[in-house]
Amino acid sequence: MSEIDNQALEVYIRTAATALGIPLEEAWMPEIRANLAVSLRLANIVADFDLPDEIEPAPVFEA
Amino acid sequence: METWSTASEIADAVAQGRASALAVVDAALSRIEQQNSVLNAFTAATVERARAKARAVDAARAAGKPLGPLAGVPFAVKNLFDVAGIATLAGSKINRDRDPASVDSPLITRLESAGAILVGALNMGEYAYDFTGENVHDGPSRNPHDTGRMTGGSSGGSGGAVAGGLVPVSLGSDTNGSIRVPSSFCGLFGLKPTYGRLTRARTFPFVASLDHLGPLARSTRDLALAYDAMQGPDAEDPVCTTRASEPALPTLGSGIGGLRIAVAGGYFERGAGTEALSALATVAKALDAEQRIEIPEAARARAAAFIITTTEGGALHMDRLRTNAHDFDPATRDRLISGAMIPASLVVKAQKFRRWYREQVLKLFERYDAILAPATPMVAPRLGQQMMMLDGAEVPLRANIGIYTQPISFIGLPVVCVPVPLQPLPIGVQIIAAPWREDVALRIAHYLETTQVAKAPRPPL
Repeated sequence: MSEIDNQALEVYIRTAATALGIPLEEAWMPEIRANLAVSLRLANIVADFDLPDEIEPAPVFEA
Repeated sequence: METWSTASEIADAVAQGRASALAVVDAALSRIEQQNSVLNAFTAATVERARAKARAVDAARAAGKPLGPLAGVPFAVKNLFDVAGIATLAGSKINRDRDPASVDSPLITRLESAGAILVGALNMGEYAYDFTGENVHDGPSRNPHDTGRMTGGSSGGSGGAVAGGLVPVSLGSDTNGSIRVPSSFCGLFGLKPTYGRLTRARTFPFVASLDHLGPLARSTRDLALAYDAMQGPDAEDPVCTTRASEPALPTLGSGIGGLRIAVAGGYFERGAGTEALSALATVAKALDAEQRIEIPEAARARAAAFIITTTEGGALHMDRLRTNAHDFDPATRDRLISGAMIPASLVVKAQKFRRWYREQVLKLFERYDAILAPATPMVAPRLGQQMMMLDGAEVPLRANIGIYTQPISFIGLPVVCVPVPLQPLPIGVQIIAAPWREDVALRIAHYLETTQVAKAPRPPL
Protein backbone atom coordinates (compact mmCIF):
# COMPACT_ATOMS: atom_id res chain seq x y z
CA MET A 1 0.00 0.00 0.00
CA SER A 2 1.39 3.42 -0.89
CA GLU A 3 1.81 6.11 1.72
CA ILE A 4 -1.12 8.43 2.15
CA ASP A 5 -0.37 12.14 1.55
CA ASN A 6 -0.62 14.78 4.25
CA GLN A 7 -3.80 16.36 2.97
CA ALA A 8 -5.64 13.07 2.74
CA LEU A 9 -4.35 12.13 6.19
CA GLU A 10 -5.72 15.36 7.68
CA VAL A 11 -9.12 14.71 6.10
CA TYR A 12 -9.04 11.21 7.55
CA ILE A 13 -8.04 12.50 11.02
CA ARG A 14 -10.82 15.11 11.09
CA THR A 15 -13.40 12.56 9.94
CA ALA A 16 -12.24 9.89 12.41
CA ALA A 17 -12.16 12.43 15.25
CA THR A 18 -15.76 13.40 14.48
CA ALA A 19 -16.82 9.76 14.30
CA LEU A 20 -15.09 8.97 17.59
CA GLY A 21 -16.18 12.14 19.38
CA ILE A 22 -12.63 13.28 20.06
CA PRO A 23 -12.23 17.09 20.08
CA LEU A 24 -9.27 18.27 18.00
CA GLU A 25 -7.30 21.48 18.13
CA GLU A 26 -5.48 22.77 15.08
CA ALA A 27 -2.21 22.96 17.01
CA TRP A 28 -2.31 19.22 17.66
CA MET A 29 -2.69 18.29 14.00
CA PRO A 30 1.00 18.15 12.96
CA GLU A 31 1.92 15.73 15.76
CA ILE A 32 -1.17 13.56 15.34
CA ARG A 33 -0.56 13.44 11.59
CA ALA A 34 3.09 12.53 12.08
CA ASN A 35 2.20 9.80 14.56
CA LEU A 36 -0.53 8.41 12.35
CA ALA A 37 1.75 8.41 9.32
CA VAL A 38 4.36 6.37 11.21
CA SER A 39 1.69 4.03 12.61
CA LEU A 40 0.14 3.40 9.21
CA ARG A 41 3.53 2.81 7.64
CA LEU A 42 4.36 0.24 10.33
CA ALA A 43 0.88 -1.31 10.20
CA ASN A 44 1.22 -1.79 6.48
CA ILE A 45 4.59 -3.52 6.91
CA VAL A 46 2.66 -6.08 8.93
CA ALA A 47 -0.36 -6.08 6.59
CA ASP A 48 1.87 -6.81 3.60
CA PHE A 49 3.07 -10.06 5.16
CA ASP A 50 1.36 -13.14 3.71
CA LEU A 51 -0.35 -15.27 6.33
CA PRO A 52 -2.77 -18.20 5.94
CA ASP A 53 -6.45 -17.27 6.40
CA GLU A 54 -6.74 -19.97 9.03
CA ILE A 55 -4.18 -18.54 11.45
CA GLU A 56 -5.76 -17.48 14.74
CA PRO A 57 -5.11 -14.02 16.14
CA ALA A 58 -2.86 -14.31 19.20
CA PRO A 59 -5.41 -13.55 21.96
CA VAL A 60 -7.52 -16.63 22.69
CA PHE A 61 -10.66 -16.30 24.79
CA GLU A 62 -11.59 -19.13 27.11
CA ALA A 63 -15.30 -19.51 27.82
CA MET B 1 23.01 -1.96 57.13
CA GLU B 2 24.38 0.46 54.58
CA THR B 3 22.99 2.14 51.50
CA TRP B 4 24.13 -0.56 49.12
CA SER B 5 23.06 -3.60 51.15
CA THR B 6 21.15 -6.08 49.03
CA ALA B 7 17.72 -7.39 49.91
CA SER B 8 19.14 -10.78 50.84
CA GLU B 9 21.77 -9.18 53.12
CA ILE B 10 19.07 -7.11 54.82
CA ALA B 11 16.76 -10.11 55.26
CA ASP B 12 19.61 -12.18 56.74
CA ALA B 13 20.58 -9.39 59.15
CA VAL B 14 16.98 -8.88 60.27
CA ALA B 15 16.40 -12.61 60.68
CA GLN B 16 19.56 -12.97 62.76
CA GLY B 17 18.86 -9.89 64.85
CA ARG B 18 21.87 -7.95 63.57
CA ALA B 19 19.54 -5.20 62.36
CA SER B 20 15.99 -4.22 63.17
CA ALA B 21 13.47 -3.82 60.39
CA LEU B 22 12.59 -0.42 61.82
CA ALA B 23 16.17 0.80 61.59
CA VAL B 24 16.43 -0.47 58.02
CA VAL B 25 13.18 1.21 56.99
CA ASP B 26 14.04 4.47 58.76
CA ALA B 27 17.37 4.54 56.95
CA ALA B 28 15.60 4.02 53.61
CA LEU B 29 13.06 6.75 54.41
CA SER B 30 15.90 9.07 55.37
CA ARG B 31 17.71 8.41 52.06
CA ILE B 32 14.47 9.06 50.17
CA GLU B 33 13.99 12.35 52.00
CA GLN B 34 17.55 13.45 51.33
CA GLN B 35 17.99 12.37 47.76
CA ASN B 36 14.59 12.49 46.15
CA SER B 37 14.88 16.20 45.48
CA VAL B 38 17.67 15.29 43.05
CA LEU B 39 16.59 11.89 41.72
CA ASN B 40 12.83 12.57 41.64
CA ALA B 41 12.20 8.84 41.84
CA PHE B 42 9.40 8.85 44.42
CA THR B 43 6.00 10.48 44.05
CA ALA B 44 4.85 9.29 47.50
CA ALA B 45 6.53 7.87 50.58
CA THR B 46 4.37 5.58 52.72
CA VAL B 47 6.11 6.59 55.94
CA GLU B 48 3.61 5.62 58.64
CA ARG B 49 2.59 2.42 56.93
CA ALA B 50 6.22 1.38 56.44
CA ARG B 51 7.18 2.07 60.04
CA ALA B 52 4.14 0.15 61.32
CA LYS B 53 4.98 -2.81 59.14
CA ALA B 54 8.62 -2.70 60.27
CA ARG B 55 7.54 -2.74 63.92
CA ALA B 56 5.36 -5.78 63.13
CA VAL B 57 8.33 -7.60 61.57
CA ASP B 58 10.49 -6.80 64.59
CA ALA B 59 7.71 -7.94 66.94
CA ALA B 60 7.34 -11.20 65.02
CA ARG B 61 11.04 -11.90 65.41
CA ALA B 62 10.97 -11.03 69.09
CA ALA B 63 8.08 -13.49 69.52
CA GLY B 64 10.09 -16.21 67.81
CA LYS B 65 7.78 -16.40 64.81
CA PRO B 66 9.22 -17.41 61.44
CA LEU B 67 10.17 -14.50 59.19
CA GLY B 68 9.78 -14.43 55.43
CA PRO B 69 12.71 -14.49 52.98
CA LEU B 70 12.41 -10.70 52.49
CA ALA B 71 12.05 -9.76 56.16
CA GLY B 72 12.61 -6.05 56.64
CA VAL B 73 13.48 -5.34 53.00
CA PRO B 74 12.25 -1.91 51.86
CA PHE B 75 10.78 -1.80 48.37
CA ALA B 76 8.81 0.64 46.23
CA VAL B 77 6.46 0.32 43.27
CA LYS B 78 5.82 2.22 40.05
CA ASN B 79 2.83 4.44 40.74
CA LEU B 80 0.53 2.39 38.51
CA PHE B 81 0.30 -0.24 41.28
CA ASP B 82 -2.66 0.17 43.63
CA VAL B 83 -1.44 1.17 47.07
CA ALA B 84 -4.19 1.30 49.67
CA GLY B 85 -4.95 4.89 50.60
CA ILE B 86 -3.24 6.49 47.58
CA ALA B 87 -4.74 7.39 44.18
CA THR B 88 -3.15 5.27 41.45
CA LEU B 89 -1.58 7.97 39.26
CA ALA B 90 -0.04 5.91 36.48
CA GLY B 91 2.12 8.97 35.88
CA SER B 92 -0.87 11.11 34.90
CA LYS B 93 -2.48 14.34 36.02
CA ILE B 94 -5.95 13.01 35.23
CA ASN B 95 -5.79 10.12 37.70
CA ARG B 96 -5.11 12.50 40.59
CA ASP B 97 -8.89 12.89 40.83
CA ARG B 98 -9.42 9.17 41.36
CA ASP B 99 -10.42 7.83 44.73
CA PRO B 100 -7.55 6.36 46.71
CA ALA B 101 -7.11 2.63 46.12
CA SER B 102 -8.98 0.58 48.70
CA VAL B 103 -6.55 -2.34 48.76
CA ASP B 104 -3.02 -3.06 47.57
CA SER B 105 -2.06 -4.77 44.33
CA PRO B 106 -1.61 -8.51 45.02
CA LEU B 107 2.08 -8.30 44.11
CA ILE B 108 2.57 -5.82 46.97
CA THR B 109 0.61 -8.13 49.27
CA ARG B 110 2.73 -11.11 48.23
CA LEU B 111 6.02 -9.25 48.80
CA GLU B 112 4.79 -8.03 52.19
CA SER B 113 3.73 -11.57 53.07
CA ALA B 114 7.37 -12.49 52.53
CA GLY B 115 8.37 -9.78 55.01
CA ALA B 116 9.19 -6.93 52.62
CA ILE B 117 8.06 -3.41 53.47
CA LEU B 118 6.55 -0.94 51.01
CA VAL B 119 8.09 2.51 51.42
CA GLY B 120 6.52 4.38 48.53
CA ALA B 121 5.27 4.87 44.99
CA LEU B 122 7.54 5.78 42.08
CA ASN B 123 7.60 8.26 39.24
CA MET B 124 6.88 6.98 35.73
CA GLY B 125 6.17 8.11 32.19
CA GLU B 126 2.54 9.10 31.68
CA TYR B 127 0.26 6.06 31.41
CA ALA B 128 3.38 3.97 30.71
CA TYR B 129 3.48 5.14 27.07
CA ASP B 130 7.13 6.11 27.39
CA PHE B 131 10.73 4.95 27.13
CA THR B 132 12.40 8.05 28.65
CA GLY B 133 11.32 8.32 32.32
CA GLU B 134 10.40 11.95 31.68
CA ASN B 135 7.08 13.23 33.01
CA VAL B 136 5.62 16.69 32.41
CA HIS B 137 3.49 16.59 35.55
CA ASP B 138 5.99 15.30 38.12
CA GLY B 139 9.26 16.20 36.41
CA PRO B 140 11.72 13.68 35.03
CA SER B 141 13.16 10.75 36.92
CA ARG B 142 16.91 11.40 36.99
CA ASN B 143 19.60 8.85 36.36
CA PRO B 144 21.78 8.41 39.47
CA HIS B 145 24.87 7.84 37.28
CA ASP B 146 24.42 11.28 35.70
CA THR B 147 21.48 13.32 36.88
CA GLY B 148 21.41 15.20 33.59
CA ARG B 149 20.47 11.97 31.84
CA MET B 150 17.34 9.89 31.47
CA THR B 151 16.57 6.91 33.67
CA GLY B 152 14.74 5.32 30.78
CA GLY B 153 11.09 4.49 31.07
CA SER B 154 8.45 4.10 31.58
CA SER B 155 9.48 2.61 34.96
CA GLY B 156 11.85 5.57 35.46
CA GLY B 157 11.50 5.95 39.22
CA SER B 158 11.83 2.18 39.59
CA GLY B 159 15.24 2.44 37.95
CA GLY B 160 16.39 5.60 39.73
CA ALA B 161 15.30 4.44 43.20
CA VAL B 162 17.28 1.18 43.04
CA ALA B 163 20.32 2.50 41.16
CA GLY B 164 20.49 5.44 43.58
CA GLY B 165 20.51 3.15 46.61
CA LEU B 166 17.18 4.38 47.99
CA VAL B 167 15.74 0.84 48.03
CA PRO B 168 17.26 -2.52 47.03
CA VAL B 169 14.22 -3.69 45.04
CA SER B 170 11.45 -2.03 43.07
CA LEU B 171 8.60 -3.17 40.88
CA GLY B 172 7.91 -1.89 37.40
CA SER B 173 5.81 -2.76 34.39
CA ASP B 174 7.02 -3.69 30.93
CA THR B 175 4.77 -3.52 27.86
CA ASN B 176 7.45 -2.91 25.25
CA GLY B 177 10.59 -2.58 27.37
CA SER B 178 9.69 -0.46 30.38
CA ILE B 179 11.59 -2.64 32.88
CA ARG B 180 14.48 -3.49 30.55
CA VAL B 181 15.14 0.06 29.29
CA PRO B 182 15.53 1.60 32.80
CA SER B 183 17.59 -1.44 33.82
CA SER B 184 19.90 -0.76 30.89
CA PHE B 185 20.21 2.99 31.41
CA CYS B 186 20.50 2.78 35.22
CA GLY B 187 22.79 -0.27 35.33
CA LEU B 188 20.46 -2.73 37.07
CA PHE B 189 19.29 -6.30 36.85
CA GLY B 190 15.69 -6.36 35.68
CA LEU B 191 13.35 -9.29 35.14
CA LYS B 192 10.49 -9.18 32.69
CA PRO B 193 8.86 -12.56 33.31
CA THR B 194 6.84 -14.61 30.83
CA TYR B 195 3.57 -12.95 29.78
CA GLY B 196 0.98 -14.17 32.28
CA ARG B 197 3.47 -15.29 34.92
CA LEU B 198 2.78 -12.55 37.50
CA THR B 199 -0.68 -11.25 38.23
CA ARG B 200 -1.42 -7.75 36.97
CA ALA B 201 -4.53 -7.34 39.10
CA ARG B 202 -5.04 -3.93 40.67
CA THR B 203 -2.52 -2.17 38.51
CA PHE B 204 -3.42 0.52 36.00
CA PRO B 205 -3.23 -1.12 32.56
CA PHE B 206 -1.76 0.13 29.32
CA VAL B 207 -1.91 -2.60 26.66
CA ALA B 208 -3.72 -5.71 27.88
CA SER B 209 -2.14 -7.85 25.13
CA LEU B 210 1.40 -6.95 26.16
CA ASP B 211 1.49 -5.77 29.79
CA HIS B 212 3.89 -7.52 32.20
CA LEU B 213 5.03 -6.71 35.74
CA GLY B 214 8.37 -7.54 37.31
CA PRO B 215 11.21 -6.56 39.66
CA LEU B 216 14.39 -4.47 39.32
CA ALA B 217 17.33 -4.97 41.70
CA ARG B 218 21.10 -4.62 42.08
CA SER B 219 21.67 -8.38 42.34
CA THR B 220 20.30 -11.50 40.69
CA ARG B 221 19.64 -13.09 44.06
CA ASP B 222 17.36 -10.19 44.95
CA LEU B 223 15.57 -10.50 41.62
CA ALA B 224 14.97 -14.21 42.25
CA LEU B 225 13.85 -13.64 45.85
CA ALA B 226 11.29 -11.03 44.80
CA TYR B 227 10.17 -12.99 41.75
CA ASP B 228 9.63 -16.20 43.70
CA ALA B 229 7.64 -14.38 46.35
CA MET B 230 5.29 -12.91 43.71
CA GLN B 231 4.50 -16.04 41.68
CA GLY B 232 1.23 -17.93 41.80
CA PRO B 233 -2.18 -17.97 40.14
CA ASP B 234 -4.68 -15.17 40.61
CA ALA B 235 -8.24 -15.39 39.31
CA GLU B 236 -8.43 -11.60 39.39
CA ASP B 237 -6.17 -11.37 36.31
CA PRO B 238 -7.58 -13.52 33.48
CA VAL B 239 -4.17 -13.59 31.81
CA CYS B 240 -2.36 -14.88 34.91
CA THR B 241 -1.22 -18.47 34.53
CA THR B 242 -2.72 -21.31 36.51
CA ARG B 243 0.70 -22.98 36.64
CA ALA B 244 2.00 -23.54 40.13
CA SER B 245 4.95 -21.44 41.28
CA GLU B 246 8.27 -22.48 39.77
CA PRO B 247 10.85 -20.97 42.13
CA ALA B 248 14.04 -19.78 40.48
CA LEU B 249 16.16 -19.34 43.60
CA PRO B 250 17.00 -23.06 44.10
CA THR B 251 18.77 -23.28 40.73
CA LEU B 252 20.18 -19.76 40.65
CA GLY B 253 23.73 -20.93 41.34
CA SER B 254 23.64 -23.96 39.05
CA GLY B 255 25.99 -22.38 36.53
CA ILE B 256 25.73 -22.45 32.77
CA GLY B 257 26.94 -25.99 32.11
CA GLY B 258 24.88 -27.64 29.40
CA LEU B 259 23.10 -24.45 28.37
CA ARG B 260 23.09 -23.63 24.66
CA ILE B 261 23.34 -19.88 24.22
CA ALA B 262 23.20 -17.96 20.94
CA VAL B 263 23.52 -14.31 19.97
CA ALA B 264 20.76 -12.57 18.01
CA GLY B 265 22.32 -11.00 14.92
CA GLY B 266 20.81 -9.14 11.99
CA TYR B 267 18.08 -6.80 13.21
CA PHE B 268 19.47 -6.83 16.75
CA GLU B 269 22.86 -5.51 15.69
CA ARG B 270 21.76 -3.02 13.06
CA GLY B 271 21.72 0.43 14.57
CA ALA B 272 23.31 -0.60 17.84
CA GLY B 273 25.85 1.92 19.14
CA THR B 274 29.41 1.12 20.12
CA GLU B 275 28.55 0.59 23.79
CA ALA B 276 25.66 -1.76 23.03
CA LEU B 277 27.79 -3.88 20.74
CA SER B 278 30.71 -3.87 23.16
CA ALA B 279 28.51 -5.00 26.07
CA LEU B 280 26.93 -7.72 23.95
CA ALA B 281 30.34 -8.98 22.84
CA THR B 282 31.61 -9.03 26.43
CA VAL B 283 28.63 -11.05 27.64
CA ALA B 284 28.73 -13.42 24.64
CA LYS B 285 32.44 -14.07 25.22
CA ALA B 286 31.93 -14.77 28.92
CA LEU B 287 29.26 -17.31 28.02
CA ASP B 288 31.14 -18.86 25.08
CA ALA B 289 28.14 -17.97 22.93
CA GLU B 290 29.62 -18.11 19.45
CA GLN B 291 26.57 -19.01 17.38
CA ARG B 292 24.83 -16.08 15.67
CA ILE B 293 21.19 -16.58 14.78
CA GLU B 294 18.53 -14.53 13.07
CA ILE B 295 15.21 -14.04 14.84
CA PRO B 296 12.91 -14.11 11.81
CA GLU B 297 10.92 -11.00 10.92
CA ALA B 298 11.99 -9.11 14.05
CA ALA B 299 11.45 -5.72 12.38
CA ARG B 300 7.91 -6.69 11.47
CA ALA B 301 7.38 -7.95 15.02
CA ARG B 302 8.43 -4.58 16.34
CA ALA B 303 6.02 -2.90 13.92
CA ALA B 304 3.18 -5.15 15.04
CA ALA B 305 3.95 -4.49 18.72
CA PHE B 306 3.87 -0.75 17.93
CA ILE B 307 0.42 -1.06 16.32
CA ILE B 308 -1.11 -3.20 19.06
CA THR B 309 0.29 -0.78 21.63
CA THR B 310 -0.97 2.42 20.07
CA THR B 311 -4.43 1.01 19.30
CA GLU B 312 -5.07 -0.68 22.64
CA GLY B 313 -3.70 2.43 24.36
CA GLY B 314 -5.98 4.65 22.28
CA ALA B 315 -8.97 2.47 23.08
CA LEU B 316 -8.17 2.42 26.81
CA HIS B 317 -8.04 6.20 27.01
CA MET B 318 -10.83 7.06 24.56
CA ASP B 319 -13.15 8.57 27.17
CA ARG B 320 -10.37 10.64 28.68
CA LEU B 321 -9.37 11.85 25.21
CA ARG B 322 -12.95 13.00 24.70
CA THR B 323 -13.27 14.84 27.99
CA ASN B 324 -9.80 15.63 29.37
CA ALA B 325 -7.56 15.91 26.33
CA HIS B 326 -5.85 19.03 27.71
CA ASP B 327 -4.78 17.24 30.87
CA PHE B 328 -2.57 14.71 29.08
CA ASP B 329 1.10 15.19 28.36
CA PRO B 330 0.79 16.45 24.77
CA ALA B 331 3.23 13.79 23.56
CA THR B 332 1.08 11.04 25.07
CA ARG B 333 -2.18 12.59 23.88
CA ASP B 334 -1.19 12.94 20.26
CA ARG B 335 0.00 9.32 20.07
CA LEU B 336 -3.15 8.03 21.77
CA ILE B 337 -5.43 10.01 19.45
CA SER B 338 -3.51 8.66 16.47
CA GLY B 339 -3.76 5.15 17.91
CA ALA B 340 -7.52 5.41 18.29
CA MET B 341 -7.80 6.03 14.55
CA ILE B 342 -5.99 2.96 13.20
CA PRO B 343 -8.38 0.74 11.20
CA ALA B 344 -9.29 -2.48 13.03
CA SER B 345 -8.31 -4.62 10.03
CA LEU B 346 -4.67 -3.64 10.56
CA VAL B 347 -4.80 -4.50 14.25
CA VAL B 348 -6.27 -7.93 13.62
CA LYS B 349 -3.50 -8.60 11.14
CA ALA B 350 -0.93 -7.62 13.75
CA GLN B 351 -2.46 -10.10 16.21
CA LYS B 352 -2.45 -12.82 13.56
CA PHE B 353 1.17 -12.04 12.76
CA ARG B 354 1.91 -12.35 16.46
CA ARG B 355 0.71 -15.97 16.38
CA TRP B 356 2.89 -16.73 13.34
CA TYR B 357 5.96 -15.03 14.80
CA ARG B 358 5.60 -16.88 18.11
CA GLU B 359 5.67 -20.20 16.28
CA GLN B 360 8.84 -19.25 14.39
CA VAL B 361 10.69 -17.99 17.45
CA LEU B 362 9.71 -21.00 19.58
CA LYS B 363 11.44 -23.20 16.99
CA LEU B 364 14.71 -21.44 17.89
CA PHE B 365 14.30 -22.61 21.47
CA GLU B 366 14.41 -26.22 20.29
CA ARG B 367 18.08 -25.55 19.50
CA TYR B 368 18.97 -22.95 22.13
CA ASP B 369 18.19 -22.39 25.79
CA ALA B 370 18.82 -18.67 25.67
CA ILE B 371 19.41 -15.88 23.17
CA LEU B 372 21.42 -12.72 23.84
CA ALA B 373 20.52 -9.32 22.42
CA PRO B 374 21.23 -5.69 23.26
CA ALA B 375 18.69 -4.07 25.58
CA THR B 376 18.99 -0.54 24.20
CA PRO B 377 20.82 0.88 21.17
CA MET B 378 22.62 3.41 23.37
CA VAL B 379 23.52 4.40 26.95
CA ALA B 380 21.24 6.83 28.80
CA PRO B 381 20.49 9.89 26.61
CA ARG B 382 20.46 13.41 28.01
CA LEU B 383 17.19 14.65 29.49
CA GLY B 384 15.18 16.46 26.86
CA GLN B 385 17.01 14.83 23.95
CA GLN B 386 14.60 14.45 21.03
CA MET B 387 16.56 12.77 18.26
CA MET B 388 19.05 9.92 18.02
CA MET B 389 21.28 8.37 15.38
CA LEU B 390 20.20 4.92 14.26
CA ASP B 391 21.87 3.07 11.45
CA GLY B 392 23.34 6.31 10.11
CA ALA B 393 20.04 8.20 10.10
CA GLU B 394 18.69 10.75 12.56
CA VAL B 395 15.39 9.44 13.97
CA PRO B 396 13.05 10.43 16.84
CA LEU B 397 14.48 9.15 20.13
CA ARG B 398 11.27 8.27 21.97
CA ALA B 399 9.98 5.83 19.42
CA ASN B 400 13.27 4.04 18.88
CA ILE B 401 14.75 3.40 22.34
CA GLY B 402 12.81 0.14 22.49
CA ILE B 403 13.65 -1.33 19.11
CA TYR B 404 15.46 -4.32 20.67
CA THR B 405 13.04 -4.93 23.53
CA GLN B 406 9.77 -4.72 21.57
CA PRO B 407 10.17 -7.83 19.38
CA ILE B 408 10.76 -9.93 22.54
CA SER B 409 7.93 -8.77 24.82
CA PHE B 410 5.67 -8.94 21.75
CA ILE B 411 5.48 -12.70 22.32
CA GLY B 412 5.91 -12.61 26.07
CA LEU B 413 9.32 -14.28 26.35
CA PRO B 414 11.02 -14.02 29.76
CA VAL B 415 14.07 -11.78 29.83
CA VAL B 416 16.65 -10.82 32.40
CA CYS B 417 18.39 -7.57 31.53
CA VAL B 418 21.94 -7.63 32.93
CA PRO B 419 24.01 -4.48 33.46
CA VAL B 420 27.47 -4.27 31.91
CA PRO B 421 29.37 -1.61 33.89
CA LEU B 422 30.98 0.33 31.06
CA GLN B 423 32.51 3.74 31.84
CA PRO B 424 31.16 6.32 32.25
CA LEU B 425 27.67 4.85 31.84
CA PRO B 426 26.38 1.27 32.08
CA ILE B 427 24.28 -0.49 29.46
CA GLY B 428 22.18 -3.65 29.51
CA VAL B 429 22.14 -6.92 27.61
CA GLN B 430 18.98 -9.02 27.30
CA ILE B 431 19.14 -12.71 28.23
CA ILE B 432 16.06 -14.13 26.54
CA ALA B 433 14.71 -17.57 27.45
CA ALA B 434 11.87 -19.82 26.31
CA PRO B 435 8.41 -19.22 27.79
CA TRP B 436 8.22 -20.15 31.48
CA ARG B 437 12.02 -20.53 31.75
CA GLU B 438 12.81 -17.49 33.84
CA ASP B 439 15.03 -19.87 35.81
CA VAL B 440 17.35 -20.27 32.82
CA ALA B 441 17.69 -16.53 32.23
CA LEU B 442 18.30 -15.95 35.95
CA ARG B 443 20.93 -18.72 36.10
CA ILE B 444 22.84 -17.14 33.24
CA ALA B 445 22.52 -13.67 34.77
CA HIS B 446 23.79 -15.00 38.10
CA TYR B 447 26.79 -16.62 36.40
CA LEU B 448 27.62 -13.29 34.74
CA GLU B 449 27.29 -11.56 38.08
CA THR B 450 29.55 -14.01 39.93
CA THR B 451 32.17 -13.66 37.19
CA GLN B 452 31.92 -9.84 37.48
CA VAL B 453 30.95 -9.48 33.82
CA ALA B 454 27.60 -8.08 34.88
CA LYS B 455 27.44 -5.72 37.82
CA ALA B 456 25.21 -2.92 39.05
CA PRO B 457 27.68 -0.04 39.39
CA ARG B 458 27.39 2.37 42.30
CA PRO B 459 26.88 5.96 41.22
CA PRO B 460 28.90 8.83 42.71
CA LEU B 461 26.05 10.29 44.77
